[in-house]
Amino acid sequence: MSGTDALAGRVPLETGTRAGRQKIEDAIFRGATRTFAIGVLVLLLAVLASLVIGAMPAIRRFGIGFVWSEQWNPVKDLFGGLPAIYGTLVTSAIAMIIAVPVGLGVALFLTELCPPWAKRPIGTLVELLAAIPSIIYGIWGLFVLAPVLQLTVQPFLVDTFGQIPLLGVLFAGPPLGLGILTAGFILAVMVLPFIAAVSRDVFQTVPPVLRESAYGIGATTAEVVRDIVIPYTRVGIVGGVMLGLGRALGETMAVTFVIGNSHRIKASLLAPGTTISATLANEFTEAVDQIYTASLIELGLILFVITFIVLAIAKLMLMRLEGRSAK
Amino acid sequence: MTLYRRRRLTNYIILMLSLGATAAGLIVLFLILGALVWNGIPALNGTLFTEMTPPPGSRGGLLNPIFGSIVITAAATVLGTPIGILTGTFLAEFGRGTWVAPAVRFVNDILLSAPSIVIGLFVYEVMVVPMGHFSAWAGVVSLAIIVIPVVVRTTENVLVLVPSALREAAIALGAPRWKVIVMVTYRAAIQGMLTGVMLAVARIAGETAPLLFTALNNQFWSSDMNGPMANLPVVIFQFALSPYADWQVLAWGGAMLITFTILILNILARWIASRGSFQQ
Repeated sequence: MSGTDALAGRVPLETGTRAGRQKIEDAIFRGATRTFAIGVLVLLLAVLASLVIGAMPAIRRFGIGFVWSEQWNPVKDLFGGLPAIYGTLVTSAIAMIIAVPVGLGVALFLTELCPPWAKRPIGTLVELLAAIPSIIYGIWGLFVLAPVLQLTVQPFLVDTFGQIPLLGVLFAGPPLGLGILTAGFILAVMVLPFIAAVSRDVFQTVPPVLRESAYGIGATTAEVVRDIVIPYTRVGIVGGVMLGLGRALGETMAVTFVIGNSHRIKASLLAPGTTISATLANEFTEAVDQIYTASLIELGLILFVITFIVLAIAKLMLMRLEGRSAK
Repeated sequence: MTLYRRRRLTNYIILMLSLGATAAGLIVLFLILGALVWNGIPALNGTLFTEMTPPPGSRGGLLNPIFGSIVITAAATVLGTPIGILTGTFLAEFGRGTWVAPAVRFVNDILLSAPSIVIGLFVYEVMVVPMGHFSAWAGVVSLAIIVIPVVVRTTENVLVLVPSALREAAIALGAPRWKVIVMVTYRAAIQGMLTGVMLAVARIAGETAPLLFTALNNQFWSSDMNGPMANLPVVIFQFALSPYADWQVLAWGGAMLITFTILILNILARWIASRGSFQQ
């Protein structure tokens, strides 16, 4: 320590000030990057805080009962979030049921089956599905997909499953085209690229030796994937699925177009419903009294908390996989 | 023999299913693009770019929302990019061994996928309510919040790829740390950083939900950033759900315009990234 001080003392004055100036400049630059980085942290807390404050009147008035009340009556100022929460969870569940197997199929195709020259273009095309804005899925879903589903898939579901006890309840009622099922279907297309891309990336982390030894003892490609690749990458796949789920829960515009916007909970998947984000998109600018606005903000808060938890789990899963492959 | 056959058959079926899954994804992509072209072409005429949004039943174009979208997107990019780059720089260059860096990385990845409508609510609470009116600036801020995590992620990823030898050489010449980063590291990673910005622009160009409660919409020409401003996504939303045929045609025209702009941006960004100096 004293050695460096002595050395600094012998440095000519001019260079000394220049070195000093540079030190200050360095400190400013470093401080700026650090400030903005902490700003990102604060941003998340600020979002949470502003939602809690905005939702306060509704939280005070309806308490925890908001979460399971089915009322949504702007005229009488009675609000409950259950229909929107139910719609959000069910549409996302449908999306995952469709998108997970298809996404894994795409990842399997890209890593095991696809000729090398086609890997990049096909991978890019699938990823472009994620680049198309939500509103475009909405307009396409409303004008193109919904009429097609109404005439083909939905009558088929009603005819095939409608008469079966228990299961039939899910496919009761007229095929309207718009509704929970259509929304789930659109969401499936929207989250497919996320699940496919993450799965493809984690499939590639499997050490070639593992794969080759399985092939070496005579396993088929399907067996290698089922017994080696998927068990090895299980954590990463769950991470990718959770990432897709996080996206599906918060999707707004596409769902708003096709869900039908009804605050009633119906057992049938063909019936119209609503989601948290669709309710916000439709009603927020029209909400005039304070309690209405606060109830909508409370819905937003619930959505934010749910997606935060899902995305945090996704991130932790993927981090665990990264940690392992780094070793 | 039967076991062998059954295994071969299972293998065949599973591989065919995976081929089918990929084909289904691509078919949906082309169905969407096809529908956009099919329904959007009728809207493509001279008036689309030269006239304002019309009242129902008369002819018009999308000049004011196109202008509004460009202004809002550009301002949000200008606002969000420096913040994103500095944060990404912190994570890649200064963050090692601190508690801040992992926390920021974690939160940033969550913001990357956070529902955009909630961002809209947040900006409504902190800007629209205190100001007392909707404004283009509020829209700019909400889109900038979406830009930041995208830029942070890509900036950190490319900066980490720059070889340490480059930094060490510059430091050995006596350059201060900030000069090393700005003049050596950034310069080496510029293609990757540019890719990040382009992806961020593509991401916000079609973003609708946060604008609903912030920039709102405006049926007329407006360049006042302090008031509501027309923008393509919200106009598409409004016109597509309207019962008027000519509004719906305009909505499709706008949808086609936005989608192809975004796809071109995406493909360009990937192309630039693939020509970058340092690859993963």
